[in-house]
Amino acid sequence: MSSIGTGYDLSVQTFSPAGRVFQIEYAQKAVDNSSTVIALRGKDGVVFAAENTIASKLHEAKTTRRVATIDRHIGLAYCGFVTDGRSVANEARSYATRFRDLYGHPMPVSKLNDELSGYFHMLTLYGAARPCGCSVLLGAYDAAKGPQMYMIEPSGVSWGYYGCALGKNKQPAHAEIEKLKLSEMTCKELVKEAARIIYATHDESKDKDFELELAWVCADSNGQFEHVPEELHKEAESFAQTSMEEDSDEEDDSDEDED
Amino acid sequence: MDGLVDRSNPDWVSAEHKTGTTIMAVEFADGVVIGADSRTTTGAYVANRVTDKLTKLTDYIYCCRSGSAADTQAIADIVRYYLELHSVEIDEEPRVGVAASIFREFCYNNRDQLTAGIICAGFDEHKGGQVYSIPLGGLVVRQPFAIGGSGSTFLYGHCDSTFKEGMAKDECLTFVRNALALAMSRDGSSGGVIRTAVITKDGVERDVVLGDALPTFYQG
Repeated sequence: MSSIGTGYDLSVQTFSPAGRVFQIEYAQKAVDNSSTVIALRGKDGVVFAAENTIASKLHEAKTTRRVATIDRHIGLAYCGFVTDGRSVANEARSYATRFRDLYGHPMPVSKLNDELSGYFHMLTLYGAARPCGCSVLLGAYDAAKGPQMYMIEPSGVSWGYYGCALGKNKQPAHAEIEKLKLSEMTCKELVKEAARIIYATHDESKDKDFELELAWVCADSNGQFEHVPEELHKEAESFAQTSMEEDSDEEDDSDEDED
Repeated sequence: MDGLVDRSNPDWVSAEHKTGTTIMAVEFADGVVIGADSRTTTGAYVANRVTDKLTKLTDYIYCCRSGSAADTQAIADIVRYYLELHSVEIDEEPRVGVAASIFREFCYNNRDQLTAGIICAGFDEHKGGQVYSIPLGGLVVRQPFAIGGSGSTFLYGHCDSTFKEGMAKDECLTFVRNALALAMSRDGSSGGVIRTAVITKDGVERDVVLGDALPTFYQG
């Protein structure tokens, strides 16, 4: 970033002469350096997939999670600083419980998105605060409103999405997601595709080993957010691995042709 | 002054305004029927004989107020404000359960200061016609029909024997008018006219039965 050291990047309280707030852009950078997280919105729900890096061989499996339950019907995946993600998830949980306590029914995810993006934005306004070093994906499903998905950036900007990719390999993941006919696919199909995309975009020569995390909220899960059942997780993971092998076989073939 | 009425300070000067009241609400297939008498008293003095105790909260949710007139008006105003804000925030008509839940928030948290017995009723797309009773302590409970106010004590037996599941709109209206008329003739703090409202997906139909047209029963 050429703007580093020009004197306008130490506080969120100061705009640069070009009208930018660099601290927010650096926070975005923290998200872009993180390992990949994707979310897909199908016709009957939302699927989350995360590539969780294994920092040490001594790690216990399934203890590093980047997808959190906010309320029984809302899931949240974060990408960037894990600690910031966890504290955002806790903030979101308090919004969802407060809503349920006062109004007596589950919080609509559109409303949670409004409140949570307001929280992100607030962190970009004060000198004593630091912008959130993570982006979050919010997903929910109910029969009346269908599937809903939102993504919030460190700046506090948020939009609704059909498909989203965040982190180191977001470019190739985006390209893969755009090939899918998302609005025609069920979550059962999307779980496999999500696993395939995480495996396909993972660069074994550069990236560290990872553990795949899959979660969904859909008609099959009764509108409840949960990690996908063990059996389906294995199925998706082996589908991803076999399609990787097929791809590399094809590449080998074409290499031979060239010779 | 012992044993004598204090003529310089009659109770209608200092006593609190109370909606002595009989109120009632019944669920039916397409919505709810709500009703109330129209008497407001200050001690033994009738401060208003044509009160409207059916208070609008949204286009599809009303409440019936009993207890202190000041308390219930203030709470209804607050709940109306909350519901309006809520409906703008979620971009939907508020649910009846939400209105009842907000009533609870205030009636329960301030239960030591308040005298407010409220029936909250209305229509929403999710659960159709609903009646929620919020009596003195701040309990909220959904009921197929609810009665409230001082007059309701005279009505329990009559309502239990008359109420049937699945009554049509007109049957519900008759049920409400008869019950209110019975209470108004036995309860000194209830009287005046009968006000009713029918709330369905099409909105609210309000009606009034004047004092000389009330249903009559055994007068002895």
